[in-house]
Amino acid sequence: MAHGPAKGIGRWLFATNHKDIGTMYLWFSFSMFLLGGAFAMIIRAELFAPGMQLIKPEFFNQMTTMHGLIMVFGAIMPSFVGLANWMIPLQIGAPDMALPRMNNLSFWILPFGFALLASTLFMEGGAPNFGWTFYAPLSTTYAPDTVNFFIFGVHIIGASSIMGSINIIATVLNLRAPGMTMMKLPLFVWTWLITAFLLVAVMPVLAGAVTMMLMDINFGTSFFDAAGGGDPVLFQHIFWFFGHPEVYIIILPAFGVISEIIPTFSRKPLFGYSSMVYATSAIAFLSFIVWAHHMFTTGMPIAGELYFMYATMLIAVPTGVKVFNWITTMFKGSLTFETPMLFAIAVVILFTFGGFTGLMLAVAPADIQYHDSYFVVGHFHYVMVAGAVFSMSGAVYYWLPKWTGKMYDETMGKMQFWIAFVGFNIAFIPQHFLGLAGMPRRYADYALQFSDWNMVSSIGAFMYGAAQLMFLYNVISTIVSGKPSTEEKTWEGAQGLEWTLPSPAPFHTFSTPPKVK
Amino acid sequence: MSINATQKITLKLVVAAIGMFVFAVFVMPPLYDVFCELTGIGGKTKGQYQGAAVAVDGEREIKIQFVATNNGAMPWEFSPVEYQVRVHPGEKKAVEFYARNPTARDMVAQAVPNVTPNNAADFFHKTECFCFNQQPLKSGEETKMGLVFIVAPELPASVTTITLSYTLFDVTDATETAVAANN
Repeated sequence: MAHGPAKGIGRWLFATNHKDIGTMYLWFSFSMFLLGGAFAMIIRAELFAPGMQLIKPEFFNQMTTMHGLIMVFGAIMPSFVGLANWMIPLQIGAPDMALPRMNNLSFWILPFGFALLASTLFMEGGAPNFGWTFYAPLSTTYAPDTVNFFIFGVHIIGASSIMGSINIIATVLNLRAPGMTMMKLPLFVWTWLITAFLLVAVMPVLAGAVTMMLMDINFGTSFFDAAGGGDPVLFQHIFWFFGHPEVYIIILPAFGVISEIIPTFSRKPLFGYSSMVYATSAIAFLSFIVWAHHMFTTGMPIAGELYFMYATMLIAVPTGVKVFNWITTMFKGSLTFETPMLFAIAVVILFTFGGFTGLMLAVAPADIQYHDSYFVVGHFHYVMVAGAVFSMSGAVYYWLPKWTGKMYDETMGKMQFWIAFVGFNIAFIPQHFLGLAGMPRRYADYALQFSDWNMVSSIGAFMYGAAQLMFLYNVISTIVSGKPSTEEKTWEGAQGLEWTLPSPAPFHTFSTPPKVK
Repeated sequence: MSINATQKITLKLVVAAIGMFVFAVFVMPPLYDVFCELTGIGGKTKGQYQGAAVAVDGEREIKIQFVATNNGAMPWEFSPVEYQVRVHPGEKKAVEFYARNPTARDMVAQAVPNVTPNNAADFFHKTECFCFNQQPLKSGEETKMGLVFIVAPELPASVTTITLSYTLFDVTDATETAVAANN
């Protein structure tokens, strides 16, 4: 330990230390989470009662679009990259990430990407208003001029993601401590390795899609314009060829996190480790061959609908394996319910619920009914929020003592969990009812019969929003005035290399690789 | 050793990422077109029908509906003269579409056909069609444009109604006549 961190702002600007970069990723993604959350609050405030209350429909469309884009690309994805930066070297016994300078670059281009994206809010024509899926021709022929900022923003975000993934793959494949064989990797590392391969495969496809949009809008090509021999449906195929693996990119690291948390608080090793690895790989593979289940209403031939329907249902098998393994890990364990465990159990329950509604949506004839309704909104919030965001919250509470050397306040943590849990369900269960009753998504107003459940949903959303401010308070108060927690093994049942290090983890760790039995 | 291995894997992954970008922009769109053409999914009709006359199947009657749409800001008046006809498979039928150029300038238009349901596209034969050529109209001029078609007797039994849709494009500024060849 010849030297510690640099002084002043230079420590962060020129950071090459995986912990510093991880910290920056986590704070950046949390700030994006609050921004996207603020947009969500505006949406729910407008939908609190029928009729136009607070904002204009044009602005409402910008809010739904920006909420989706910021949450997917700004909050969830970078937060897991941050977690990967912090934890992967600690979990595999590496001194740092394999490509520390690229790590710095991949973080520091992110704020510029999102500045480009968010700056459109203050421009003439407004922010992107075509939905986060930016279907052509809404995003080409009928888009505001600011769409070019959106396109370049996505390019930058995509480049950052690809660099981050390359770094993770190189680290996991090359920097494992002696004796740390692939089948001894902690599951969080495994899920991230597979996620990183997915990212390298599909982020360029997203970049390709927005590049084709750019060409159509500015350079007279007609990839997606029927008038020039192109096809708007082609856009949907390309987008979902990226988009479906993308949802597993978001959820797989979350699976990894709860595969760490559940064994710790069950005081048992994870049940079915190798089946978890294979199930994760199977999900990753299947994610590439099911994309058109998002497009059942485009007029596919019956053979296509049947294929995509059955292939999609097949994903329930490896996912079921995972859920089974988590439950079996808890079975007959000596369980305790600290905050991270509460979040992990909530993920298992709520994600399974979201998975079931996903199965309902996979059934082509039913999907034609549910398509573009609030049922879909309810479904994907159960997997994105209750799956990814809940597990991220759990991960922060789980590793916070390792990061800061201080313990969060358990009562406050549990309170935050319960407010988030109750608020979330109040917000999103009613949206399933609304969707089944026929309320379409992405509208600023609705028919009177939807009033009651919308009001309930909005109240739940405000509760969930308040829980996030409490989360911020809990994290800051832990850092500022938490009780010191310096033992190496914060949690009695925790396994893994990160728990052999002092708390807080020193600036440089595993400068000499540990021996793994 | 480890530096070398890291460089190697990084290079491979960068190449893979670039490959996927190339795949998305340069391979997927043409592949999609080929796929649609082979399967007939897009409802694209084949070119001019050159086949011999076939026996008329008097037992079966198919409803043919016509749709005429202007693309984008195309200002012409464009509509079928008859919106719906009934034909027996194998029977040759002639219909007309009306077009008028209400603008103050001379224009050229190109119609692009599309058939619904998709699995009828291969059995809807056009022996003559205004869509095989571009249609010029002087300012204020109007015309009737002809279409002669045969529905093949092999048309799947499940199909009782075929919708033929024409979209009219403004090709005044386009110099190429390549579009017509595809119809």
